[in-house]
Parts: sequence; structure tokens; C-alpha cells
Amino acid sequence: MITSLLEGGAQLDPDRIAVVCGSDRLTYGDLLRDTERAAASLQSLGVARGDRVALCLENSREAVVSIFAVAMAGAVFVPVGRTVKAPKLKQIFNDCSPSAVIADARMRPVVDEALSTVSSVKALISVGEAEHPIVKTVSFSHLVAGGAIQSQLRRDGIDLDLAALIYTSGSSGRPKGVMLSHANIEAATASINSYLKNTPDDVILDVLPLSFDYGLYQLFLAVSSGARLVLEKTFVYPSTVLELIARERVTAFPIVPTLAALLARLDLSHHDLSSLRYITNTGAPLPPAHIRFFRASLPHVSIFSMYGLTECKRVSYLSPDEIDSRPDSVGHPMDNVEVFVADELGGLAATGAGELVIRGSNVMQGYWAAPDETARVLRPGPLAGQHLLYTGDRFRIDAQGYMYFEGRLDDVIKSRGQRVSPKEVENVLYELHGVTAAAVSGIPDEVLGTAVKARIVVDPAIPLTEQAVMRHCAARLEEFMVPTVVEFVDGLPLTDSGKIVRGPANAGAMDDRAR
Amino acid sequence: MVETFAAEIKSFIVANFLFGEEGKGFADDQSFLESGIIDSTGLLELVSFVEQKYGISIGDREMVPENLDSLRNVSELVARKLQAVGSKA
Repeated sequence: MITSLLEGGAQLDPDRIAVVCGSDRLTYGDLLRDTERAAASLQSLGVARGDRVALCLENSREAVVSIFAVAMAGAVFVPVGRTVKAPKLKQIFNDCSPSAVIADARMRPVVDEALSTVSSVKALISVGEAEHPIVKTVSFSHLVAGGAIQSQLRRDGIDLDLAALIYTSGSSGRPKGVMLSHANIEAATASINSYLKNTPDDVILDVLPLSFDYGLYQLFLAVSSGARLVLEKTFVYPSTVLELIARERVTAFPIVPTLAALLARLDLSHHDLSSLRYITNTGAPLPPAHIRFFRASLPHVSIFSMYGLTECKRVSYLSPDEIDSRPDSVGHPMDNVEVFVADELGGLAATGAGELVIRGSNVMQGYWAAPDETARVLRPGPLAGQHLLYTGDRFRIDAQGYMYFEGRLDDVIKSRGQRVSPKEVENVLYELHGVTAAAVSGIPDEVLGTAVKARIVVDPAIPLTEQAVMRHCAARLEEFMVPTVVEFVDGLPLTDSGKIVRGPANAGAMDDRAR
Repeated sequence: MVETFAAEIKSFIVANFLFGEEGKGFADDQSFLESGIIDSTGLLELVSFVEQKYGISIGDREMVPENLDSLRNVSELVARKLQAVGSKA
């Protein structure tokens, strides 16, 4: 169980600091105690084994406690990004029918609106005091301090139980909940720690949201090693973050290419970054110029270039001593993971080019309440009893087993390390009065890697401005999905069967230029 | 002067980050970060707007919340910078 990762850390030394967030410093002992109390309270509020609990929280002490408490109560946590809008949150709530929601003040307006459409929620746990007019509201502080006592906690789960549902975008345009069991998360955590080699002396800086699997796993990597997690809410002020690295003596700094682009604009010599041991990158490859920047300004730091997808968390990493010689490779599979490429006829091979196929204990249990979509990506393997994950990513694996990402097989856009479904954005564009046709594609962007571009055909009788289109999207879509470019066109090209041709999802030109 | 800067900077923010939605006004001392008005790429856009508009330069180490995280902070930074330029001339 993932809670045993935390219990292991607490056993090692309960007085060690586990989590730092702003002025909050939480020891392993405190974290375990709060987790046990909150888990018992959740059960007393009616949260049963297997129930879903949505977490609408920014990076905070409460978010960390909630993740472990939901898991300890035997329920499934559903982390939701802080820029989610009400229509999508309603879709998520309707999809997974949460029995409780834990939300902070910042997300309450969106949560309150979404709550109006679901009947499954028995309790809203509020960080802050505001009551919901209909749903029973309990304050978070009551959950950990005034609620049930630890001795009332029932713990009857096993590691095959679901621990988390993480929503991700797919080509269908509807968010899909990736079902991860405790065993999935533990397997991925163990494999990742085997190459990052975290120890109790490590201090991991997490500026990525805990609602994003890459940000979330930093918590599991930290507690399973007895290390310390320094949580930061955002990366808006890079200098402030660099000062935090110096102050907290951070050793590990996970980033995505967008953060690398922001860091590469700075003179790092102004900051004491001597404590840093490694930087990890995933989401998209780092452009060689940024790799050179880090190598030159931080020669003592190992750079891990990695690849993965929410459906199995992580697949591969490149050994840091090869980052200069193979900057465009994501290396070899991590421990306990097997990879293949599938050719057009469906044959599996260890080398060559084709769709990347994964086998491992880290592979998800499927998509929540979506058996057809699950069956498309989880398929039987050549040997009896095998289950394989078809990633939808096109890869090349060379004779020495080095893996190279070549693009998506579908038209899902990867922007800021997150998946953007063109269809999901187009659906929102079509809701705008006057839009008669829409096509969403990716364009190269220096900071975002790939940015979202919308081309739309508009009814001439209805005047629409670029701003009006963006405002409409920003009110309905998460930040990373909002088009940064809106182009008004007279018509869109159609295929022979009458479908709109979208254009390239992921700017290949950008990759070429960056290399 | 600070009021003029604030008005100019506010209209840039409303046009570019709130997509012209005046109704979603914000207070002069409201934190951009807490209210989610500006993200990391937005901050870069704001900084280059201010640099170009007022002919000033904002260094890496000045890119901190105390200088940039509210309309008041940005306007005061601009006023300080221009004053420094003025007193040198």
C-alpha cells in the first residue's frame, strides 16, 4: 500500500522533516498522525473502501495529508488541477461519482458550481471555513484535529485496490480516468528510485502540481526514501525558486521543458545551487541548447532525460553520462519494464520503429468506466497471461536498445508536458455562437514547446474577435489547453470522407529546429 | 505618475490575460499569483511589455513577487526605475 511508503519513512525517524511548504514544516511523525486521523474522519463521514474522493487543492500540507489519508481510508484519490474549469470538473464528477470532495478556498467557486450537478457527494471538506449551501461541509482542521480518533480507523485494503484516478486527455475529447492500483504506484516508485538513488539526505523540490502525475510522484519518491519534499505552489518567479533551492539545500529538481526554457533565460551563477545533485526532465525532450545551458552552468548536476505517460507513469530514462552524446534519446527502459515496437501488422519487435508497447507492474488497470477505450490500449501479449499497454507514441529503438520518441500516432498535442486533445478544444469552440468549423493543431513555441493553435470558420453575420474566442476558451478549459493563437479562416480543408484536416499536432519542425 | 502606469498596465493585463473581460476586475494590491491572473509565461509577457513601454530593463533578480505580484507592485517598480533613470540624466 502507498501508505506503507509513508509509514516506512516515519519508522526511520519520526522527527525528520518530511514536507516543507511555505512556512509549514511537517515531520514524518506529524504527517503520519494527521494522515491517520484524517483517514478515520473520512470513514466516519461515510467514505467507504473503493469510494472516490476528489482533491481540488493546490500544493499544500493539506494536499499531502489528503492524498495519504484517502488511500489509508481504503478510498481512491482523484487529484484535480487547480486551473480546471467548472464544465470539465462536472464531467469528472459525473464520470467517477466522488463520495467526498476536499477543496481549498481558491478552488471553491469552481467546485461549488460543479457540485450542483452531482448527487454522490456526501461531504465537502473545506480548507477554510466557507459552508456549502447544500452539501454537508466539514473543515479540514476538524478532519485532522476534531474528527474521529485513530483507533477507529479500519484498514482492510490490499495492494490490488485502486489508489488513484488521474484524469488525462485522449483523442476522444472526453477526459479519461487512469486507474492506478497501490501496486502500480509502488512498482513505479521503486523502479524510479532505483535509478535516481534518493536517500534520506535528499531534498526534492516540487514546483509541479501534485495533481499532475509527475508532480505527484515526487511525494512518493520522497517518502519512500525518507527524503524531504519541498513543495512550491508555482514556478511564476524563477528567482524565488532558485533562492528556495539555496535556502533549503535542495538536491533534486524535477522540471519540464517549459521550466527549462524559463531557467535558461537566467544567470544561474547569481544563486548558490551547489546542493543540487540532479535535474529530471520529462514531458518532451529538452532542446539541445537548454541541455548545453545546464551542462555549462551546473556542471556538477546530473541530468536525467526521461519518458513516460500517465497510464504507466514512467517508462525509460537516459543515463546522465550520456546526455551529451545522445541528447535526443530517452534511453533505456527502467527496472522491471519491458518495451517493444509494434509494426503495422501488429508484430512486436525489440528494435525498429513503430508504436511503443509497454509491459510492467506499473501499467494501469484501465480507464475508469470506459471498457472500450481500455480495450484499445490494454491488449493481450503474445504469451499467455500477458497484458500490454499500447502508448499511441511512435518510437524508434536502435540496435543498442536506445529509445527515440518520434511523435504521436493520433493528433493529441503535448504542450507544457501535458496532453491536449484537439477534439476537447474544438468541442468548446463549437459551443461559441457563430463558430461553424474549427480545427485545433500544435505550433512551435519557444517556451511552451508546442502551443495550441485554433483555426476557425465564423458565420459572417456574427462578429467575433480573437479575444472573445480566447475568453470563451479560458472560461471553459484548463490553462494549458487554451489556444494561444486564433486564426479566422474562410474554410478548412476536408478529407475525402468529409472530415476536417487538423494539421500537425506536434510541431516536428520545432524538434528539428531545436536540435 | 504611478496611477498612470497602473492604468496602462492594467489595460494590458485585462486585454491579454483576462481577454478583454473588464468585468473580471482586480484590486490594485491583489496577488496575481494567488488569484491565478498570471502564470509563468504570462509573467514574461508582462515584463517585456513593461520594458518596452517604459524603456526600462528588469533584471533576473528583480523578478520577484515584491516587484511584480500585484498591479501596485509593478507600477511602483516602473516609477522607481524611471526615477532612477531621471536622476542620472
